[in-house]
Amino acid sequence: MQKIEAVIQPSKLDAVKDALVEIGVEGMTITEARGHGRQKGHTEFYRGREYSVDLLPKVKLEIVVADEMLDKAILAITGAARTGTIGDGKIFISKIDEAIRIRNDERGEIAL
Amino acid sequence: MAQTAPVAGSSATLSQADRIAALEKQNADNAALIAAAQTAGDNGWMLVSAALVLMMSGPGLALFYGGLVRKKNILGTMMQTFAMMAVITVLWAFVTYSLAFGEGNAFIGGLHNVFLRGVGLAPDVKYAATIPLQTFMVYQLMFAIITPALITGAFAERMKFSAMLVFMVLWALIVYSPMAHMVWGKGGFLNASLGGRFPCLDFAGGTVVHVTSGVSALVTALYLGKRLGYPKVPMPPHSVVLSFIGACLLWVGWFGFNAGSALSSGTLATSAFVATHFGAAAAAIGWSVAEWMRQGKPSALGAISGAVAGLVAITPASGFVTPMSALWIGLIAGVFCYFMVVKVKAAFGYDDSLDAFGVHGAGGTMGAILTGVFANSIVNPIFGAGKATGLLEGNWHQLLNQLIGVVIAWVLSIVGTLVILFIVDKLIGLRVSEDDEREGLDLSQHGEEGYDWAH
Repeated sequence: MQKIEAVIQPSKLDAVKDALVEIGVEGMTITEARGHGRQKGHTEFYRGREYSVDLLPKVKLEIVVADEMLDKAILAITGAARTGTIGDGKIFISKIDEAIRIRNDERGEIAL
Repeated sequence: MAQTAPVAGSSATLSQADRIAALEKQNADNAALIAAAQTAGDNGWMLVSAALVLMMSGPGLALFYGGLVRKKNILGTMMQTFAMMAVITVLWAFVTYSLAFGEGNAFIGGLHNVFLRGVGLAPDVKYAATIPLQTFMVYQLMFAIITPALITGAFAERMKFSAMLVFMVLWALIVYSPMAHMVWGKGGFLNASLGGRFPCLDFAGGTVVHVTSGVSALVTALYLGKRLGYPKVPMPPHSVVLSFIGACLLWVGWFGFNAGSALSSGTLATSAFVATHFGAAAAAIGWSVAEWMRQGKPSALGAISGAVAGLVAITPASGFVTPMSALWIGLIAGVFCYFMVVKVKAAFGYDDSLDAFGVHGAGGTMGAILTGVFANSIVNPIFGAGKATGLLEGNWHQLLNQLIGVVIAWVLSIVGTLVILFIVDKLIGLRVSEDDEREGLDLSQHGEEGYDWAH
């Protein structure tokens, strides 16, 4: 099992969600987040005062998939979330040792 | 009247004297009916106006200021305005109405009307002949509430609630009451219609409300010092949305403020209403264009700040100027206040947190002076029909009177506010502790939070 953490533009959330559901991903966790990568934020002006805002609103999406689903899921995310400009976000992959369904103690991929 | 109507066939028996007496009585009855109808019309508008002006404080100003502070101070900021709605009201009933509008000398009213003695439902012909004196009293009270509330923008996010209350009570007694008496009270030094020595035109409070509050705001900001971390720590508004709603409520409420200052519902109210609206619109454009040119983008906060600046500047002039003059005053105010807030504040480095001085002090001063330029005898023949009123009509002397009014308002505000700040500072201290300031006024002063994200 693999965990995909994708930090994406908030405006791309619906497209990414739809793309993942289409390839058969059944569960996901969404967090409203703030952060920046190389993009380093932007400046705002309030009554002439300049404020640099370096933590921008993002959405963090976490899904855990079976190993053979991994590449399809990555493709779905990059395809739906890409605009080609700075600030599109990142995807991180990590191994998951175990998954447990709380309702009935099912373990492994069946619990996903 | 019914019994005066002669029965058919008996008219020949009435003498001429009887007929004249009957007609005279009918005339008198008609006059009473007309007066009652006018009172009903005028009083209806004035009660609505009073309510509109109260709405400017809460929620208007409370939202406008509340959105501009950081999250942790929103309730503390709103409470400062709301406290005025309660405290200044009680004080007004006890003593400040009498000090402002009671019979007195040229500078302050006497104590004849303390506890609203003699303030009944009959009109006071000198102030407003067609509305109950209590309507006049409660209408003027709404001005006395919002004026100190405007000052709170200068010391936002760092003043003790207790110190703020004592400061405001003393300020109402020492600064507002004499200024209102001088400009609007019977025999006031600057009163333009009730025999003032230097008749200063101030229709709805350019000097009384905006210069006094704005200048006192600057003095307070300087005396208190900057907020912790200012200007290094970023302190952007936490919700321009709230400020936007507040500013729009202020705009609507201002019709009661200015058009209501006609103290009747006739043509003068219309003139002031129109000037108010045009001034606000032109100033919103003025500020936005200046901002667009200098910073590349027209912000929502800039547009609403401009509208408020225009409303401030048109306040003394409404009721004296034509719609076209109102557009000019608004446009000038929008650009002028933009530079006061953006350039002048940055150049001097004072922390007038929400720009109470940059908008109200600067806009009020500018508006009071421009009133002397644009005042028009056709709009309002205050010095008599056909007599030149403003500079553009050839009465340059009026400009001098306006300047005298402005200077008196500045001096009274500076001296009065400094004395009050000194007293309150020595008595209970003005600022919250550094820990309390970091924690925010909501928790440290009121034990609650405006936004509870956890539930």
